[in-house]
Amino acid sequence: MAVPEKGVKLLDFWMSPFGQRCRIALAEKEVEYEYKEEDLSKKSDLLLKSNPVHKKIPVLIHDGKSICESLIIVEYIDEVFPGKTNILPSDPYARSHARFWADFVDKKVYDCGSKLFKSKSEALEELNKEFICILKTLETELGEKKYFGDDAFGLVDIAFAPFTSWFYTFEALGLSVEKECPKLAAWGNRIMERESVAKSLHEPTKIYDLFCELRKKFVDA
Amino acid sequence: MATKQDVKVLGWSASPFVARVRIALNLKGIEYEFLNEDLGRKSDLLLKSNPVYKKVPVLIHGEKPVCESLLIVQYIDEVWAASGLPILPADAYDRAVARFWAAYIDDKLPNQAPVLLGEADEPTKAEATQHMFAALQQLEEVFEKCSEGKSFFGGNTIGYVDITLGSYLGWMKAMEKIAGIKLLDEEKIPQLVKWAERFCSSDAVKEVIPQVDQFVEFSKVLQAAFKAAASPSN
Repeated sequence: MAVPEKGVKLLDFWMSPFGQRCRIALAEKEVEYEYKEEDLSKKSDLLLKSNPVHKKIPVLIHDGKSICESLIIVEYIDEVFPGKTNILPSDPYARSHARFWADFVDKKVYDCGSKLFKSKSEALEELNKEFICILKTLETELGEKKYFGDDAFGLVDIAFAPFTSWFYTFEALGLSVEKECPKLAAWGNRIMERESVAKSLHEPTKIYDLFCELRKKFVDA
Repeated sequence: MATKQDVKVLGWSASPFVARVRIALNLKGIEYEFLNEDLGRKSDLLLKSNPVYKKVPVLIHGEKPVCESLLIVQYIDEVWAASGLPILPADAYDRAVARFWAAYIDDKLPNQAPVLLGEADEPTKAEATQHMFAALQQLEEVFEKCSEGKSFFGGNTIGYVDITLGSYLGWMKAMEKIAGIKLLDEEKIPQLVKWAERFCSSDAVKEVIPQVDQFVEFSKVLQAAFKAAASPSN
């Protein structure tokens, strides 16, 4: 029987906010790993074997065992690699609170945000309103705190961080995060000062260019 | 030691999500006060405790609210780690696997409920039934792998995946009656059918999941709840 390969591998796609969460978490914990970029139009055998149920990235492979779903991967990274920081707090109530808001980002931000990207101009106004509502809810939760985890950069910060590179594109669609949610925008700038975030996210203009390309292909066609 | 006043569960008895919380508390031997919500007229306490979603279940522990059923189960497991038996596995990888399958179950099963517990045309029902079968078939394989010959997904005792899937058994039996289909088919998913019997007869679960006839009675209320859930949240 083959001995499982030791080490950490991340199967990912450069633009995926879910993959970026894992990259940030691995960087926060200073874990050395091999990054493997997947061609989503031609998924590798390794990806199909490691995530046979959903066939999606990201997948973390640790000593031959695969872990799927970004927030599950982030919690796994937190539990297995001690590092200098904790991604989740130790108090059970604080943990449930962090998980609730990370789950909120999953349920609300990605769905509505990607609808915005794909929508025709007639639907934009309504979607903008819905999205602003979601962002304002997050902003209320953030309040005056430095991070969602208070003084500690944590799970909710990691869950939402990748979406900050979408802000520039939202502006092009008539939604200014700076204007509507200044505290959230300030948090977005603050987290970019962390090396783990700065090296995991892409230039907002790159996201915008891709968005324009996809829009031309699928929406305006 | 938590007293009954310290722990409250806001819910209603036909909800699988609420059942999860009650089963978890029972497994830990924690006494609690159950506050039955009228879904047509949500209480001030519910609206205050879950302002984001305004939904049940909510666990209130010493005045602090915890929301979202699976997050509540994890909270119960962590806060009362010294009571009863562990709900999530001790090993980090096994925990990740348990969380994965719980997320899978919640992704696949509840979507079929509005159709199979409500009124829909035959083609729509047939499609929803197919989705249910496919998920249950997958879970039959998962059970074989995770249980390693023992009684539950969690091993010898009820665990996280058992609670997540088991909480739907009431709905599944009701779907069989209302939609006239057979989901818990001994020929197609023999291990899950036996598992379901074991799960439902366990002490922690027995009193929590209502009888099928009660679900059928509830179906009108359920349909209204599904319609409300489908509309944009206020």
